Amino acid sequence: MDSFLLQVTAGLANGGIYAAVGLALVMIHQATHHINFAQGEMATFSTFIAWAMIQAGVPYWVAFVATMVVSFVAGLLIQRIFLKPVEKAPILTNVIVFVGLLVIFNAFAGWIFEHTIKSFPSPFPVEGMFLPQYFSGHQIGSITVTLVVLLSVFCFFRFTPLGLAMRAAAFNPESARLVGIRVSWMLALGWGMAALIGAVAGMMIAPVVFLDPNMMAGILLYGFAAALLGGIDNPWGAVVGGVILGVLENILGAYVIGSDLKLTMALILIVTILIFRPYGLFGKPIFSRV
Amino acid sequence: MKLLDVTNLNAWYGPNQVLFDLNFELHVGGITTILGANGAGKTTTLRAVCQAVHTTGSMTFLDKRIDGKATEDIVRVGIAHVPDGRGTFTALTVEENLKLGAYTRKDRREVEADLERMYARFPRLKERYRQQAGTLSGGEQQMLAISRALMLRPRLLLLDEPSFGLAPLIVKEIFEIMRQINQEDQVSMLLVEQNASLALNLADHAYLLETGKIVLSGPSADIKADESIRRVYLGY
Repeated sequence: MDSFLLQVTAGLANGGIYAAVGLALVMIHQATHHINFAQGEMATFSTFIAWAMIQAGVPYWVAFVATMVVSFVAGLLIQRIFLKPVEKAPILTNVIVFVGLLVIFNAFAGWIFEHTIKSFPSPFPVEGMFLPQYFSGHQIGSITVTLVVLLSVFCFFRFTPLGLAMRAAAFNPESARLVGIRVSWMLALGWGMAALIGAVAGMMIAPVVFLDPNMMAGILLYGFAAALLGGIDNPWGAVVGGVILGVLENILGAYVIGSDLKLTMALILIVTILIFRPYGLFGKPIFSRV
Repeated sequence: MKLLDVTNLNAWYGPNQVLFDLNFELHVGGITTILGANGAGKTTTLRAVCQAVHTTGSMTFLDKRIDGKATEDIVRVGIAHVPDGRGTFTALTVEENLKLGAYTRKDRREVEADLERMYARFPRLKERYRQQAGTLSGGEQQMLAISRALMLRPRLLLLDEPSFGLAPLIVKEIFEIMRQINQEDQVSMLLVEQNASLALNLADHAYLLETGKIVLSGPSADIKADESIRRVYLGY
């Protein structure tokens, strides 16, 4: 029973990370109707930047916040420089840009920081602050950080005028322009926020899976599955989806399919959802009148 | 000073030209209507004023050139557009829609006061202020769309077919409110309508558009009185 609970709690901690990545994907999809395939590699690159700062002697939390800021600005600039020119282009053109960004970030990470696996420090104590027999310090810390990020994003969208403007721009860009919202800048902001969330996810998962240029490749897949599971247009769905996925992955991996097939499970889940319920658990089917 | 002065306006959808050398002007405090059949270019004319389509020619609003500006900036000079189909943010609440109308304004307290005035004028909106806008009836959505535009405190209100798809009683109500808005709040209006009789009753000046060209213009009282014009061009 104990080992089962341990799998569940580890699943909850990982699930929080998947939820964060899923949320970043949902945010960009809501604003642009595109899936940012480069989300994982951008997060890895952000984590490397944090690592470099920590190596240089910068205190952890200073490096953490600085990385968040740098990632936000970088995400914003990437939208302005690479995505704005293809805003009106067909979907495939956008996908190619995303894949291009994925390759560029991965390659740069490998070139600048090399492919040797690096350890990334955790700022949390080793022993759990809460239910230490089930949760390690890092797991509690990681769940808390993820919750704080998710709550902040929710409050931002719900209660601030800028958040309202971003939602309006995503739902109906034509009408948004008619009330004076600079829709292009809303998209850039969405990208900045998604990059920030990705960076946080990267810094939380790095102590667990170790840091190398391919760190987020698998995590992105989980994030994608989480977003789809919850419904690609539903931020809460991404959160719930991530948690379900994290727990499921661990339970199935420990008792059913073995840990080698964990990633395969995520892939199978993605395909199954797309076939049987493409709008996810909480999404609404979209009907178009001809 | 003229409110809006449009000279030699041409507009294109991609390679297709839809407006040909339009010249018209609006005066402060007036209601002007653009009439015409389907496809005449009425909606395009409003879009051209908002610079949502590619245009050439000059447009001056209160002596400032607005052609070449982005839609978001034209809003900021005081032009509010109620588009065809209402353009409501259907997934957001009634109150969120209204607040978005005042997005560019910085005077928070005045915005709150205006919100209350909208609710006083349209009690049905107040009842449903937390409801998702997409669940409102057609008439209520039209009221919401007009209120949202008024939250800007615009000098000029552009209205695209406000009677479209609404029951006659509701339309009467809405047009009466539009008259009040024009007289009490001194909001000038440019109204595009297919329902010529309604429009001519409200407006003081009218233009008739046919395949992208202005073929008739004059005070609406004259056009209403002229039976031959009415029968030939307006069908009643």
